[in-house]
Amino acid sequence: MHDSPDPGERRDAVCVVGAGASGLTAVKNLLELGFQVDCYERETAVGGAWNWRHDRSPVYAGTHLISSRPLTEFPDFPMPDTWPDYPHHSQVLTYLERYASHFRLGEHIWFGTEVVSAVPTDDGGWEVTTRSTGGGASRTSRYAALIVANGHNWDPRKPAIPGEFRGRVMHSSAYKDPAVLRGRKVLVVGGGNTGCDIAVEAAQQASQVWHSTRRGYWYAPKYILGRPADQVNDALLKWRLPLRLRQWLYRRTVRLTTGDLTRFGLPAPDHQPYESHPIVNSQLPYYLGHGRITPVPDVTAFDGAAVELSDGRRVEPDLVITATGYRPRFEFLAPELLDADESGRPDLHLHTFARKHPTLAVIGLVQPDAGVFPLAHWQSVATARWLRLRLSDPAKAAAVQQKESAKPLASWSKRRVVKTERHWFEVDHLDYLRSLESLLNEMESAS
Amino acid sequence: MTGFDLLRFDDWTKPVPPAERDVAALLPDDDEGRPPVLFVPGLGHAAWAFAEHWLPHTAGRGFPAHALSPRPGGDLRAQVHDVVQTAASLPRQAVLIGHGVGAQVVARALGRYPARAAVLVAPVLDGRSALGSALLANPAGTIPALFGGRLRISARQLFNSGLPAEQTAEYLSRLDPKPRAELLRRAVPPRPVGDPPVLVVGSPDDRVVARKALDRAAAAYAGAPLMFPGMGHDLMLEESWAEPIDAILDWLTKQVK
Repeated sequence: MHDSPDPGERRDAVCVVGAGASGLTAVKNLLELGFQVDCYERETAVGGAWNWRHDRSPVYAGTHLISSRPLTEFPDFPMPDTWPDYPHHSQVLTYLERYASHFRLGEHIWFGTEVVSAVPTDDGGWEVTTRSTGGGASRTSRYAALIVANGHNWDPRKPAIPGEFRGRVMHSSAYKDPAVLRGRKVLVVGGGNTGCDIAVEAAQQASQVWHSTRRGYWYAPKYILGRPADQVNDALLKWRLPLRLRQWLYRRTVRLTTGDLTRFGLPAPDHQPYESHPIVNSQLPYYLGHGRITPVPDVTAFDGAAVELSDGRRVEPDLVITATGYRPRFEFLAPELLDADESGRPDLHLHTFARKHPTLAVIGLVQPDAGVFPLAHWQSVATARWLRLRLSDPAKAAAVQQKESAKPLASWSKRRVVKTERHWFEVDHLDYLRSLESLLNEMESAS
Repeated sequence: MTGFDLLRFDDWTKPVPPAERDVAALLPDDDEGRPPVLFVPGLGHAAWAFAEHWLPHTAGRGFPAHALSPRPGGDLRAQVHDVVQTAASLPRQAVLIGHGVGAQVVARALGRYPARAAVLVAPVLDGRSALGSALLANPAGTIPALFGGRLRISARQLFNSGLPAEQTAEYLSRLDPKPRAELLRRAVPPRPVGDPPVLVVGSPDDRVVARKALDRAAAAYAGAPLMFPGMGHDLMLEESWAEPIDAILDWLTKQVK
């Protein structure tokens, strides 16, 4: 694998951290532009979050995509057209495995190896220290660039609920199988897509289900007019309708399909459509309507067998599942490298490019209103082309960087979103892709 | 060549519906790790046109060989979709080889799928020029098609060498050309993703694709066409069919080393 006498000296090679969807597409697109690549993956197989045998995988038995196939697949490697509109997680894993073998990515991936630290060197490169996950000595190699694709849905964000609870509390990351719900009284905390999905599973298995949400959301159905809802939405976006008109259409559509959910006791949305990550669930209203799910407000405390709610009510579940999301974590990088603030939020151009380190990029750290894979693909293409331009024409690369860094945040993240950690990396997939397109064209015209 | 293609509203909002795909395949006896080759036939042709000679010859030289028949009634977009779907279903990154209008399908598929390499054989990228050639070579068979009638392709449009008459008649009887207006455009090929090596192959004596059109096609991919004088448009069915496919496979072998 190494072509230099010093095994630690990888000269122009690029180091990719993680072999999930984002890491795989980074490796593929770097190889395509002629880079040598070493990818480090702590697990023994590809797939990252989508490989549910992995410790850090958040998927559970019933997980299906919430964005439809055409909006989820890599743009240059389609999923089989015979697959359903919303494939099962096992199909997504098969897809990633086929992607890796089709483009022969496996020979560039070091499995069972985790990156323990990555430190910038004076010449603009990186010293990357890796260690076998089975233990053993660590080893340091020098790379020209570092691409971080370690995922952001694996470090559970657990709510700090005061008091003691006698029943079982689990984060949704530990939830794998609906058997754990069977015959129990279950409280699901969290109104995101996972919370809604688990509430629906609980409605089919548990003896009683409470669903605690802090705020009201817009619940879109998975199908509108017989088509996947995101496909219908993109047909509207194609015409570049103004946001206010789209919000009006969205409200109309939700009223005509999902209907008014406040009559079941859910709070009304406290924000406009498109101002938070979309909740896509056709079954939640169905089970609310059948009385199988009881909406409840925020949890304020545990008290022995009971859980106290913000409206003063007390419920007594056997099991509490907190679907309260995940925190991005980059334990192998000093926070200032990503310009992270005290709360851990990285500040990256296009959520991708480190502002002070031109050879550092993060792939897949976005929450789009569509599938992440296409965005991760184009981020990788842009990163690979950026690294190539730095080598082939440093002066032009500097000019592109200067022009890009002057662009305001609003040029690629127009959406006004609810200000919570959950929405740190929220992007509108069209605005975002347009920004990447403009960057790619700028680099193209410069090269 | 156009720029990067990030916003794909048609694919996102109106995906091509799935269809049964008819793929003829011949695998080499030993898998030496060579990339699979996918042949894409042109107007009126189907997988049989390659199954005659090129498919077995390609497999005989160690390349897994596949030929895709166009779906009945499919437009250009559906045909491109089928090529990309078939290529992506193969275990390794595929080489796309398109003939005639099939080369136009391949040229478009290259904008969607990062092929290992691609060969455009007697490519019809310029539908108007091809129509002009057809009117000159075979006015009686072509003019009715302009008014919704049947397109009848003649032997002299496709073949040059001394193919036996009964063989020629048999090939012609298998043709089922259903031209569509969309083919009359001069197609601007999209930017190929993954920057694959592309070879243009043709004959100066082709009565469908003029020499100038071949040069234009090759220039679009920054190359010059590889020429086989004396051969007709259907290089894969001519008596001397082995020469072009051997040259293509020699080129391919160098590219994929």
